[in-house]
This record gives sequence, C-alpha cells and structure tokens, in this order.
Amino acid sequence: MKTELRTNLKAIFGRAYVRLVGAHREPSWLASEALLPLLSTASFVYVYKALKAPEEYTGFVILGGAMTAYWINVLWSMAAQFYWEKEMGNLELYLVAPISRMAILLGMATGGFYLASTRAVFVFVVGSLIFKVNFVVISLGKLALIFFLTQVALYGLGMIFSSLFMLFGREAWHTTNLFQEPIYLLSGFFFPVKSLGFTIGLLASFIPLTLGLDGMRQLAFKGGKESGLLNVNLEIIALVILSIFFLIAAHYALKYMENMGKKEGRLTLRWQ
Amino acid sequence: MSYAIETLDLTRTFKKGKKKNNSNSKKPELIMALDKVNLTINPGELFGVLGPNGAGKTTLIKILSTLLLPTSGIGLVDGIDVAKYPEKVRKKINMVSGGEHSGYGILTVRENLWMFSQLYGMQTKVALQRIDELMKLLGMQEYARLKISKLSTGMRQKMNIIRGFVCDPQILFLDEPTLGLDVQISREVRKLIKSWVKEKKEKTVLLTTHYMAEADELCDRVAIIDNGKVLACDSPSNLKTSLKQDAVFHIEVNLMLDNLDRFKVVPGVKKFAYEHKPHTGRTDLKFILENDSYISAVTGEISNNGSEILSLSKAEPTLEDVFVSLCGKGLEDENRA
Repeated sequence: MKTELRTNLKAIFGRAYVRLVGAHREPSWLASEALLPLLSTASFVYVYKALKAPEEYTGFVILGGAMTAYWINVLWSMAAQFYWEKEMGNLELYLVAPISRMAILLGMATGGFYLASTRAVFVFVVGSLIFKVNFVVISLGKLALIFFLTQVALYGLGMIFSSLFMLFGREAWHTTNLFQEPIYLLSGFFFPVKSLGFTIGLLASFIPLTLGLDGMRQLAFKGGKESGLLNVNLEIIALVILSIFFLIAAHYALKYMENMGKKEGRLTLRWQ
Repeated sequence: MSYAIETLDLTRTFKKGKKKNNSNSKKPELIMALDKVNLTINPGELFGVLGPNGAGKTTLIKILSTLLLPTSGIGLVDGIDVAKYPEKVRKKINMVSGGEHSGYGILTVRENLWMFSQLYGMQTKVALQRIDELMKLLGMQEYARLKISKLSTGMRQKMNIIRGFVCDPQILFLDEPTLGLDVQISREVRKLIKSWVKEKKEKTVLLTTHYMAEADELCDRVAIIDNGKVLACDSPSNLKTSLKQDAVFHIEVNLMLDNLDRFKVVPGVKKFAYEHKPHTGRTDLKFILENDSYISAVTGEISNNGSEILSLSKAEPTLEDVFVSLCGKGLEDENRA
C-alpha cells in the first residue's frame, strides 16, 4: 500500500514535470496564453462601461476572464490530452505501468494548473490594475475554499472527459469543441449567472465553475451578494458534493472505458 | 513448475466490419488474430515469436502486457491471469515496441527516461544512475542532454530500449525492437538484450520479430506463428535440424519470373518460396526438396521458362527455410503483401 502510494506520487510528479519544465523552456506561450486572453476580457469590460453598468461588473468580468484559463486547461490540456498521448504512443506506456490512471491525470492537472494559474494571475492582476477593480472581500478563507473546491470539482470533471478520450478519437475532439463556448455562457463567465434565470442557473450549477464564479463574486465584490444565485454556504456544500461525485465518477469512468477499450481493441489504436 | 509466461488456448478476434455480400446480415466479419495459442516460457528464457506482419505477434504481446483482453483462453504472466489481475501483472513487466515515438519533445533524453522511470516508483538517484549506465552501454552519453525532438530514428529507438530496461522488469516484452534500424544499431540493441538476460538469470524476455537472423541469434526458443496459429516451437537449432533430411536449395535467376506456382507441382518439391528483387530484375527462389536428386527437375523447369540460373547453392537450413516448410511461403513474401 505504502509502495503503491509512493509510486503513484512519483508518477504524478514525473508527469507534472513535463509541463512545468515545458513552461519555462518555451516562454513564448505567455504572449498567446496570457496577453491575448486579457484583450478579450477587456472588450467585455468596455461593453459594461459603455452601458454604464454597476462598478462591480468590471470585477465580475476580470474574475471570469481569469477563470477561463482553468476551463480551457481542463478541456484541452487534460481531457483531450489522452488523445494526444495515444497518438504519440505514450498512452500504452502509461497503461502498462503499475500506476493508477488518475495519477497520470493528476500529474497533468498539477502541471496544467501551474500553466493555467500563470495565465489566470496575469489576467486577474493586470486586468484589476488597468481597470482599477475595487475588491471588498467578505471572507478570505471562504474565498480560498471556494476557489480550491472549484478546482477539485473542475479537474474531476476533466478526468471524466479524459476517459472518453482514452477510447475515442476525433469524435471526442468535436465534443470538446462543442463544450467550450456554451460553458462560457452557462457558467456566466462574463456576467452573473443569475441573469439566466434561477432554473437555468441551477441546472448550470452542475458545472463547477458556475458555482465557483458565483460564490467568489459574492465574496469578493460589493454588490456581489445581490447578484448571487445561491447562498455562499450552500454553494460550498454543493461544490464539496460535486468534487466527491466527479472524482469517484472519474475513477469508475476511467476503469470502465479502459476495460471497454481492452475488449474492443481500441485502447492503443491510433489515427481513429 | 511456475512459468514466466503461459498461454492456454489464447484466442483473440477483431471485428473487421459489416459483411458486404449479404446486406441483411448485421453480423460483423471477424479476423482471427490469435487462434488457441498455447505457449510456455520459462523464467530466464529469451523467447522469440517469429512470424510475418499480421501473424498475431503484437496481439499476443498486447494481451500479455494487459493492453488487450483475450476473446477466450487464458494468459498468465508469472502465474497471474492478465485479464483478471492486470494491476499485479504490471508490477512485473515493461514493454518496448519498434518504431515507437513515445516521449516528450520538450524534454531531453535523460529527462524523458527519468520521467518514465517515475511511473515505476524508482528513486531518482537510482534511476539516473541506471539511465547513465545504459546510455553508456548503447553509446548515447553525448545525446543525454539533447531534446528528443532532435534525435534520429535510430537514436530514438535506442532511447526506447533503454526505457524498457531502466526499471529492471522481471519480464520484458520487446515487440519488433529493431524494426527499421540500421545494421550497427540493431547489433548494439541485440547485444544489450543478450547481455541483460545472461547477467540476470531470473529475467525473461519475450521478443517478437520477423527478422530470422535476430531470432536465430538471440533466442533460446522460438515459436513460429502465422495467421494467429503457433506452427512450431523449439530451439532454433532443433527447428533447423527438423529440416536436415530435406534438401534446401537457394537459386538466383535473371528474370522476374511469373506464374511461379508451377514450381509447386514439380516432382520432389516439398515447399517453395521466392523473392523478387525489382532493383536488379532478379528473383531469389528457395526450394525444399525431398532429396538432392530432384534439383535437376527444378533447374529444367527454370530453363524451360527461358530463364538463366545465376547462382545455385545447397544451403544449411535457416529459420526462414523452417518457416517456408511450415507455411509454404517466405517471411518476406508475406511482409511484402
């Protein structure tokens, strides 16, 4: 048991290393991954300014713009990563190794989290400075907790997606494409999700970012509470449930898809 | 006795697609990749599986390395059922395939090898020491700090081979490890495989190849496989001895002969195979005859065709001749197809 844990921890670090080192060896990604997203976030800020929206909306947009980094990271650098690993011939080496598949994904998540955080912090800090965002933090502890739970649940959801990529080829690729933009809308990346109506907002809460963004906005900005979907404490409980649910579901989904792939012979089949 | 690897009626089929000739039938056509394969491999043995492309070699390795489930039958690695307890099997194995492009281009050779060693829980210090030793053995020290995106195919395969040995597995699966490599690099790789098994008596290697010389040079025993069936299994010398009572002739002719099937009905011909050499316009013919006296009938048939014999030699049987005698075709014929 102890040996297995150590092996899995080493595997997590080993896989994370690829991304951590990659980030430093190719710093050019900062321009495309951090600077450009700031521009699209800025355009939303100017829309609100032109409409003379309440001041806190600038903060809402900056926070949403920063959090897009995590969604993109989960979709393309984690869920879809198994597709690339399969094409590169790495997937079968991971599957033959005496480690949990989740260890590999956690390694990807850790490395990816570092990259996404660099982008998120850049958008958040630079955006806040440029547009003079006014923060009124009610509870730093709860804010940190919501952020943490959002990440756990989000990467858990990413692991479920990645189980699809273990088996499927291009079709899962299109699914990822399909998910990207609608989630920006449903999770309220650039506006309070309450604007969609309570029922739709509640349904969209199945996506961890919906509750995460809503909770953080309530805790970090004046007027955030009024535009909030649910009570923050309730959102924390919901995020805990989602985190546990997604992680357990990911464990079984990975096992199920791997088994199906082994049965059908599609696990290591390239160029599908 | 406990075997390192054992297969009991191991069978694997793949769906090919829907039958076209019967539009009402929704039953997919099946390809038999492995057909009731029974093999036993002893601990410490370097065992070869020899066969043409599509014979079922890779399918066998994929099942034994837990990447594929058998349709029926049992595969045991160190006595553990690969289908039921894959997690336990994975602690004992590693695998290297020919033509692999694994690894990450952004990392150096040494970093890539270290990264893969971490999947086996190796201590960094031990892993790096072992990586350096193996790189020295394969003459790769100067490439250690080079990004793998800059490696040639041969060097990349050397790195893959090192990856397989770094974690010092109990059982190593090598699927066509020298595929596409030049003579020198192939020789170095074979030397490493040989010395590893020799030095570590308890280690077992299952190697698939369609290079007869490789199987002959490396393997303690060889299973000849074609169309998913094991046709023979013995030491290379015993397999070749089985042909001793026959006469094996290699003939080179100056034309690209057609209608080659007629040689199969020449009296005394037990088996026949050929290889066209388009770049020279010549054809190599291999005959297994009942005895020497029938060679005149064969040369007569060649002359009747207007072809000139450039060389004729009676050969000591090779593993390819064994393959020809078992399958009625050469390995090269099949690979070309």
